[in-house]
Amino acid sequence: MSTKRSVTDVLKKNAGALFVAPHFLIFATFFIIPFFYGLVISLYDWHMFFPEMREFVGFANFRRILFETDHIYHEYFINGLKNTFTFVILSVPFLVAIPLMFAILINVEPKGYKVFRGIFFLPSLLSITTLVLIWRWVLNTNVGILNLTLSEVGFDNIPWLAEQPFAWTSLIVMTIWWTIGGNMVIFTASLKEIPQSLYEAAEVDGANIVQKFFSITLPGMRNQLVYITIMTTLASFNVFGQPQLATGGGPSESTKVLMMYIREIAFGGGRPNPGIATAMAICLGVIMIFISVFQSRVIKRLG
Amino acid sequence: MALRKIEQRKKRISFTILSIISVLWIIPVMWVISTSFKTEQEAVSGGINLIPNDFTLDSYRFIFNDTNNNILHYIKNSLIAASSHTLLYLLIASLAAYGYAIVRWKFRDVMFWFLISTMMIPNVMNLIPLYSIMIQFGWLDKLQALVVPGLGGVFGIFLLRQFFLGIPKDLIESARIDGASHIQIYLRIVLPLAKPALIVVGLFSFMGNWNDYLWPLIVLNGDTYRTLPIGLALMQGNYNIYYSRLMAATVVSIVPVLAMFMVAQRFFIRGITMTGIKN
Repeated sequence: MSTKRSVTDVLKKNAGALFVAPHFLIFATFFIIPFFYGLVISLYDWHMFFPEMREFVGFANFRRILFETDHIYHEYFINGLKNTFTFVILSVPFLVAIPLMFAILINVEPKGYKVFRGIFFLPSLLSITTLVLIWRWVLNTNVGILNLTLSEVGFDNIPWLAEQPFAWTSLIVMTIWWTIGGNMVIFTASLKEIPQSLYEAAEVDGANIVQKFFSITLPGMRNQLVYITIMTTLASFNVFGQPQLATGGGPSESTKVLMMYIREIAFGGGRPNPGIATAMAICLGVIMIFISVFQSRVIKRLG
Repeated sequence: MALRKIEQRKKRISFTILSIISVLWIIPVMWVISTSFKTEQEAVSGGINLIPNDFTLDSYRFIFNDTNNNILHYIKNSLIAASSHTLLYLLIASLAAYGYAIVRWKFRDVMFWFLISTMMIPNVMNLIPLYSIMIQFGWLDKLQALVVPGLGGVFGIFLLRQFFLGIPKDLIESARIDGASHIQIYLRIVLPLAKPALIVVGLFSFMGNWNDYLWPLIVLNGDTYRTLPIGLALMQGNYNIYYSRLMAATVVSIVPVLAMFMVAQRFFIRGITMTGIKN
């Protein structure tokens, strides 16, 4: 009797735990376990389909990609990391500044501003494949609308996806087109939260538009700025689909980002090496965590 | 008076700039739509005209009727995967959000804090071990691989909890006093009130699943469950494909998204605003 009552008591007191249990079980299975499992895989010469061939190698995978300068995996890792960083550094400033500019223009609420907002937002709902299909056709060297337009005004055909610096330019432009919608919406909302009276007071003091931007607008939306900068940086570190589908990592592997190497090494043809790929993924993850913490510190200190 | 004039000038300038940029913004899509209605000869002839000289629906006939392509099959797969994922996630996430927002229990806040802090961990670290788990579950090339792992997502729970916290406490307290169980309160009070938040979370999980590229690329091999993004990428890689047909397929892939946006624009905007402002 008493045990039965105590069971129902426990259930009643902890009903909340029952509500979260289904999610937590799935979360544990597909998030927590893989996290630790990944640490294990990175210490092995791992074989996906042949467990008996797995061999513990300690930190050899990390040593190989980080320090063995004559090893091909080290070369892949460094090149991939370099290209990923290039993408992050080239894309993030635009992915923050352009939506901010759009938001300021939309916040003035000219005629049809909701339509403009819709137009800028819409591409962010497209899949990466659709995005690349659209842009490969726009950028097509011989019959794409961009080169056709340029040739009208006397330019030669530009190989947008096959030569540098055009390849990076193209990848950045399509990424801007694809992703700024979300940031723009957040900026627009946070501009509304800045009290109009601050601007009026500044106008009385004779502040010009630039002064108002730097002394009222930017400080007023500091939280959103921090949030957006960090989220955008993290998203850019994950870049994969654009170069994978648009340039194939070319020309001569100059846009082959780390995610492409990771996928290729883990799942590609030949002899896959999931241990090495996992070690690379962990290094990338650690760099991402480190940078987002660093960013939030720096921006908070500046504010 | 002077202020009003300045205000109107600002609006005019903003309108002009936004109009110009908007036109540039739409041109890529217009170019694709225009190509999809051209004959293949016209598409590759180097004409810059957006209105086809020789308007044809051949490419669409190919997409919808020709047995050599599986676009419709891929769309069906994507629909099945994304909608079952979304429905299950709404159920699981709203239950969990109820547990974290409304019910009081011992380790609630610690658990929730733990969940939120795991959002710091980049997904890329889990990719390969998750694949290994799929092998052990026998889920490679199965629908479950597309539907289930994402159900562990934390973000939707965070949004829903945030919304649930805004529901007046009196409402729930008085239902408790009247003897309603938590399940009853969840079903009859919280869920109906949370409809807008559920729509937002539903839209985000649907779009996320519908557009996913990397994960289905890794876990699917055959055509059985292949989703639209992967199918389109395959079609692009096929060198025999006509550009006009490829663009028709692209348009077909845009239409569902566009329709959804038309119907639910305000929910998208509201949802993104919620995530950004709450920080």
